[in-house]
Amino acid sequence: MLDALHYEFMRNALLAGVLASIACGTIGSLVVVNRLVFLSGGIAHAAYGGIGLAFFFGLPYTLGTLGFSLGIAMLMAAVTLKARHRTDTIIGVLWAFGMALGVVLLDLTPGYNVDLMSYLFGSILAVPRSDLWLMIALTAVIILTIGLLYNSFLAMSYDREFAQLRGVPVRFLHFVLLGMVALAVVMIIRVVGLILVIALLSIAPYIAEKYSGSLRSMMVIATLLNVFFTTAGLWLSYALNLTSGATIIMVGAACFSASLVVERLRSKRRSLTSEPV
Amino acid sequence: MVSVPVVEIRDLWFSFNGAPVIKEVDLSVRQNDFLALLGPNGGGKTTLMKLILGLLKPERGTVRVFDKKPSQVVQRMGYMPQNVSFNRDFPITVLDVVLMGRLRHRRNYSGYTGDDRIAAQRALERVEMWEHRKRRVGDLSGGQRQRAFIARALVTDPQLLLLDEPTASLDTKGQTEFYDLMKELNDTVTIIVVSHDLSVLSSYVKCVACVNQRVFFHDAAEITGDMLEMAYHCPVDLIAHGLPHRVLRTHEDQ
Repeated sequence: MLDALHYEFMRNALLAGVLASIACGTIGSLVVVNRLVFLSGGIAHAAYGGIGLAFFFGLPYTLGTLGFSLGIAMLMAAVTLKARHRTDTIIGVLWAFGMALGVVLLDLTPGYNVDLMSYLFGSILAVPRSDLWLMIALTAVIILTIGLLYNSFLAMSYDREFAQLRGVPVRFLHFVLLGMVALAVVMIIRVVGLILVIALLSIAPYIAEKYSGSLRSMMVIATLLNVFFTTAGLWLSYALNLTSGATIIMVGAACFSASLVVERLRSKRRSLTSEPV
Repeated sequence: MVSVPVVEIRDLWFSFNGAPVIKEVDLSVRQNDFLALLGPNGGGKTTLMKLILGLLKPERGTVRVFDKKPSQVVQRMGYMPQNVSFNRDFPITVLDVVLMGRLRHRRNYSGYTGDDRIAAQRALERVEMWEHRKRRVGDLSGGQRQRAFIARALVTDPQLLLLDEPTASLDTKGQTEFYDLMKELNDTVTIIVVSHDLSVLSSYVKCVACVNQRVFFHDAAEITGDMLEMAYHCPVDLIAHGLPHRVLRTHEDQ
């Protein structure tokens, strides 16, 4: 692994992985406790429409994806507030619509020859320096927003009605949260691709939740776990010559299974010790 | 001079998806009242409470609290929701739940102050939960969780307390302790409590309102058979003059 660090693309890949880990650890924690995993998956897949738009109109990739994902996220935020009982259906529709739009627009783009797979499964080894700057900026926006609004996000996530009573603008924060999910998604598409985005957003926060006393420590633990997933995944993919994005997710999935086993053993021991003698 | 009622409701109507839940309700709650809202499930007790809190907007009619719109006086109200067993996996400590009660509009960026923490400690000590402050709420027993949420309702030193079935997961001893605490608070605080039965409440409340779309108010804590009929399916536990003397009445049609 150390000799691999001589290559600039490897250093860029590691940094991209760390930045994506921070974004996914913090936003992912909010996504998991607010039960927005499916919705985030919808935003991630619909983002493909943004990729199509970018190519069709000759826009920079990040601009097209960011704009379209934010738009879809706001639409989904509005839908989840208005038609609460049909939320899953409408997310499913937007999910499919976004992807279909992307495919059709890429069909219509003359001379199109971009590697589709790199957007579906990520291309962390090909992250250019300019993208890193954008990722740094997006991560900063996410950390700053969560830092400033932490107490409000906590109250909204735990007890929305009570938060509303205390004057927390829960509807506005719902839009802010989904907007940040869109930012995170655009970043992670680079790292693991849009199909695998949900894994980075959900696996680490889910494990972290069990060992955290607060939302804040959940975010920190989830970030550290994600850093481990991406670094170990990168190293494995380098050593074994495997697709990097998928390897990262395999590491995460292995840790997820391990955490379930540990959890089961812990609860078994707890029930044994609490049994009357 | 007559003081302004704490809660003043005039000709209040509310419906969910076209089905009326609250109909032509007039109700006024005076200072230091201890009012119990009774009635069947789906009768509108919780809805009425949310209308008073301003969480729901009236379809017709007015709700005034401290002679203002509910949204303007939320800081003077303490609220404990019906179900406190939600989100059991959520990583949050008892102290953080109580501090949530100190959130204030447009001041949420700065975090909590020393005053907030002192108030949280006082509220937790009041319900004997201070030693559990660092535990996760999901790990508490039902009774402990209930007390943590009572602390959250008390942490702003409210002048009006709204409690939605606050003793649902407490045993009889816990219920008695809880209402003893409420009685003590009632010297300075007006209390409205939603409940299913009066078995413990009877010796504490000062008045009763039966809620079943319409609201029937019974002062001096005495209910007559006629009033029961009006309310239809009103609770059968009766009270008289606050004495721990109860008359069990079945419904006329049973």
